[in-house]
Amino acid sequence: MASRKDAVVAEIEKKITKAFEVFDRESNKTVDVREIGCIIRSLGCFPNEAEVQELLDQVNIEVEDPSGFVHLDKFLPVMTKVLLDERFQPIPEDVLLHAFESLKGYLLRQNVILCCFSGEPFTQEEMEDMLNVAVDPETNILHYRDYLPKLVID
Amino acid sequence: FKAAVLIQQWYRRYMARLEMRRRCTWRIFQSIEYACEQDQIKLHNFFSYLMDQFTPSSSKERDFISRMFVSGESYKEAELEKYCDYESIEVPDSYTGPRLSFPLLPDHATALLEAFKQKQYLHARYVLQLLHETRKHLKQLPNISHVSTCYSEEVTVCGVSLVTSACSLLFQNGLPSPSKSYVFNGDFVDRGKQSLEILIILFTFLLIYPKEVHLNRGNHEDHMVNLRYAFRVGLNTMLRVHGKKILRMFQNVFCWLPLATLIDQKVLVIHGGISDTTDLDMLEKIQRDKFISVLRMKKRKELSRKPELRALNGESKSETDAAGNEAAARLSLQPQSAQAPSTANRLEFSRWIRQTVQEQIDTCRRLVDISESEPEELTYSSMVSLKDADEPCWTRQEEWKQVLDILWSDPMPQEGCRENKVRGGGCYFGPDVTEKFLEKYNLQFLIRSHECKQEGYEFCHNRKVLTIFSASNYYEIGSNRGAYVKLGPDLVPHFVQYQANKTAHTLTMTQRISRVEESAFRALREKLFAHTSALISAFKAYDGDNTGKITLSNWATAVESVLRLGLPWRMLRPQLVRRTEDGMLEYKSWLDDLAMEQRSQERIQSSLLEVIYRNKSNLETIFRIIDKDHSGLISFEEFQQTWKLFSSHMNIELTDDGINDLVRSIDFNKDGNIDFNEFLEAFRLVKQCPS
Repeated sequence: MASRKDAVVAEIEKKITKAFEVFDRESNKTVDVREIGCIIRSLGCFPNEAEVQELLDQVNIEVEDPSGFVHLDKFLPVMTKVLLDERFQPIPEDVLLHAFESLKGYLLRQNVILCCFSGEPFTQEEMEDMLNVAVDPETNILHYRDYLPKLVID
Repeated sequence: FKAAVLIQQWYRRYMARLEMRRRCTWRIFQSIEYACEQDQIKLHNFFSYLMDQFTPSSSKERDFISRMFVSGESYKEAELEKYCDYESIEVPDSYTGPRLSFPLLPDHATALLEAFKQKQYLHARYVLQLLHETRKHLKQLPNISHVSTCYSEEVTVCGVSLVTSACSLLFQNGLPSPSKSYVFNGDFVDRGKQSLEILIILFTFLLIYPKEVHLNRGNHEDHMVNLRYAFRVGLNTMLRVHGKKILRMFQNVFCWLPLATLIDQKVLVIHGGISDTTDLDMLEKIQRDKFISVLRMKKRKELSRKPELRALNGESKSETDAAGNEAAARLSLQPQSAQAPSTANRLEFSRWIRQTVQEQIDTCRRLVDISESEPEELTYSSMVSLKDADEPCWTRQEEWKQVLDILWSDPMPQEGCRENKVRGGGCYFGPDVTEKFLEKYNLQFLIRSHECKQEGYEFCHNRKVLTIFSASNYYEIGSNRGAYVKLGPDLVPHFVQYQANKTAHTLTMTQRISRVEESAFRALREKLFAHTSALISAFKAYDGDNTGKITLSNWATAVESVLRLGLPWRMLRPQLVRRTEDGMLEYKSWLDDLAMEQRSQERIQSSLLEVIYRNKSNLETIFRIIDKDHSGLISFEEFQQTWKLFSSHMNIELTDDGINDLVRSIDFNKDGNIDFNEFLEAFRLVKQCPS
């Protein structure tokens, strides 16, 4: 039994390491702290920004790294636990649909923009991209039924 | 509020996946590009094999091989003029393209830009004339050009390889003028189909604005690299007729391109990079035109040096009629087939090849390969400087290394300086090397090109090295932006980025990434197919029980061990492997699926097919070398012979029937000649249909 678990852990660690490497520009086992969110998400997790920050705090638990880089050795154990515990599970599609539906009155472009600034605000780039893809330029409305499948496709 | 957060959460995840895909795609392209450059080594091996191990079975075969090595060129001024003369070429009245007269005027430039946008051609006569004039101009320039922002208020540095970007650059940024200098940082000749047009435009601007336009040599402005990267003299039959002359002129123009540009004595612009031995004083003094190509063509074994060569040379004098001492040019233009020794003696044959080649080196003294037997030879330039007793003397080898490093090196984040094995030339230099170099010559920073960057530019080494890459959409539409940099008297860089393609603008990020991805994966699948047999062996090693299946984890390891591209295979797996059962992959059927994607080649034996795919770029180079008149066509016999040689090198059984099958199955035979471009085109994977 023990070896089974070890095998699983080893597999997870390999997975994390590989994802990490893609963002490791200088091949020295560090990545820019701003990319951590990306890495976590590409491993199949769905944290929100607050949760990402929480994770980062855990990683930097002893010393706040001033350089703005996160080292693989610190990241690996924290992330492995996350995957083992299956935290930050994907939000089911219908929940997402509900979320869109609850915003029904707000689907005009201007309101979408407002929305983007609430919650955990989008950056300028994120907002522009979403607007470009999701909002129909002619009607200026976000057709969430069309947009939803796009978001969901892996 | 909560809803907003949820949506944002989803959205961010989606974007993260996209980002991951983008990076993987980028890695794929880069590693394949560099792997291509490694093919150079394989080519060397082939030539060495021909020289040392192969026994020609007929005189025809012997002649054929010797033709591959004898490609001398005459460099003497008078001969060059006579050979590549343009005055005798008549321009028919029916020609509607631009007509040039010298000295060139700005109107000619505009006419050319317009004509190329309309996909017209410049007549061969004008091309040759332009090249002659360019060469004349370049000859007077020093190895390192100097630009000062006192005279021109603004200097723009860029590398351009597409007519569209040249046009937009010049119109956006303004034409060269006394207050606006330009430095074009090499690699004008790339893989694009418009190489000829780009060169024409650049040279035209160079001649019209000689004080404001500066060109640096890049690693692609090199004879061997041109052969490899298919710098075609246009698909225009008219140009083809004069193709040989044009290509020869180009070689003689490239070697005169300056090696570097210095702005205000503070900023050095070079194409590749530096090494820990880069010496600007040496670079200033060497005779740069001697380095027609900085890549070695032949790998020589360590043999006994001078005595043998002298013996061979002695031998040669009695054998050849065009005696070695006479006009070197004449000697090199004639293959010495009549005098080759009998085929029975393999050793003699290879010696003969070596000697023929050695003669070229000795007499012309301009071929690529630095004779390993004369490492201590002083070069002309160092002998000149001997007059000043304090000046150091250096060898040809050292000079060659200087030029190679400048054109081929890449910066790396780690400290130190090591050989650049990925590219096969130059080195990787670290921030400490940069620091020392800048300090030694009292410089502020370096500007270089040579590497494609996502955003068109990138700083490294603590902002002391700037990479500027001006060809947007380099790998594929939407793959990257291009950029150029402007410097004023304060030497603070200002960047202008662009993406020169309308389609790229209208695509969303998702679409752009998908498109680039498709292209990358297609290339990758082709590579995988090309290594089918090696992959099967690797998979079998993990499949001890012979179940036909392996785990996905082992799949990744096996693939990397065969392909050695350094790619994150686990991340790429979802795109490459469609069907799995319980996390296990049936590898045989996976490979069969890959094979299905190539075109109608059922009749050709699979091992041969693999070889073709694996060595496509090398085959192309070999064909190009054989195709002496640069027409794109070789005779059926030459094609046959090439295959025989190649397959014996690769240890494949190939019968005459096998070759005939090759020819017949792909209908590219044109009156007994083979269009090898079409032949190679036939071996591309078909686009995979979305499943």
